[in-house]
Amino acid sequence: MIQTDICIIGAGPVGLFAVFEAGLLKMRCHLIDVLPQVGGQLSEIYPHKPIYDIPGYPTIKAQELIDNQMLQIAPFKPTFSLGERVEHLEKQEDGSYLVTGSDGTAIHCQVVVIAGGLGCFEPRKPDVFNLSLFEKAHVHYMVKDPEKFRDKTIVIAGGGDSALDWTVFLANVAKQVTLVHRSDSFRGAPDSAEKVYELAQQGKINLLLSHNLMALEGTSALQQIRLINKAKEEVFAPADHFIPLYGLSPKLGPIAEWGLTIDKNAIEVNTFDYSTNIERIYAIGDINTYPGKLKLILSGYHEAALMCQSAFKYVYPEQKLSFKYTTVNGVNAF
Amino acid sequence: MENIISITIEDRDGTVQDIEIPTDVNLSLMEILKASAYDILATCGGMALCATCHVQITEGLDLLNEPSDQELDMLDTLPDASDESRLACQLRLGNKNQGLKLAIKGALQ
Repeated sequence: MIQTDICIIGAGPVGLFAVFEAGLLKMRCHLIDVLPQVGGQLSEIYPHKPIYDIPGYPTIKAQELIDNQMLQIAPFKPTFSLGERVEHLEKQEDGSYLVTGSDGTAIHCQVVVIAGGLGCFEPRKPDVFNLSLFEKAHVHYMVKDPEKFRDKTIVIAGGGDSALDWTVFLANVAKQVTLVHRSDSFRGAPDSAEKVYELAQQGKINLLLSHNLMALEGTSALQQIRLINKAKEEVFAPADHFIPLYGLSPKLGPIAEWGLTIDKNAIEVNTFDYSTNIERIYAIGDINTYPGKLKLILSGYHEAALMCQSAFKYVYPEQKLSFKYTTVNGVNAF
Repeated sequence: MENIISITIEDRDGTVQDIEIPTDVNLSLMEILKASAYDILATCGGMALCATCHVQITEGLDLLNEPSDQELDMLDTLPDASDESRLACQLRLGNKNQGLKLAIKGALQ
């Protein structure tokens, strides 16, 4: 089990800066993030984009900012669980918390700080009749083990790279593959699209362009998928398994089940210290909301600083907090 | 009136309403819809990442600015997109867009 003072959920710019502010107050941090690297959306989505509103930097590339922040917090030796989604939160008798990740990592901490940004990216679900009925056994939003589909009849839906790539791959594994796309062309990688067209010409897959999904059908197991074509005629595709690949969309994830007050996918906080409605749980950065909230990195930095001043009393209940400038005290490494 | 246009919006429940919007402010259609109290998550804040501001343009599609590759890629991932789909966060309206009609589609969770 990992022992720390503050468990920070999300290792984006705001989560990283919280490590610095906590470090100045001698509080140790462990960060957990669903992404395989630190930096949040800055590193994952726009590492090369310039940012113009970081004080002191007329312009700085997103990844550079994250690299600098990692240097800045190095003296405080933060620890990380990357590529792991936070799942459970369990209050202990003494008021502290036990945080558990999807890979089973257990983190014992005095304070939980949610710096989750947009949330975690989860598969986007199509609006198809009976989807939930077959979701457990016959619908797969990602392909984890292609062997599961050996000699099965499958329907893949979507027009992006993953739909194309899995169609090509599973054409040699499954008994029959049908690819359904709502448009009449693909925007994915031209090479993959070319292969899909070839396979369709050779009769190795069944390609249904300009078709829309309507319903999943079957008595107990999934049997077929009802579609509608451009001429508004019903078309049926046999299916043992349905693999909708419509990309990822940001969701709050398990955090939404923790009893926090949530408004439009954001956690409501008290602007005094960015505390949530649950004691010892704070929310900072893009994931929180309050009157006048601005989703800016610099607002998140400010929230991190105030949060730490408040969290101190849970980590050092016996001590009195005295505020000190770094210009006076410097940065005292752990 | 100068620099004010009227557009027609159909909400998810079918309610249709005309709203007047200024064209000389630097706001995206997503921001204008939010300011007009339409329920739009806009989780990503206008970066064409979450598609919660998905709208279907029923009139005036060809008068809009061309979608970027990133917007088209995002629209392509949406199960309920059509050829008339756009992301409101990527649209900035001008006087030529007078009479635009759209339906709000974006997911609410």
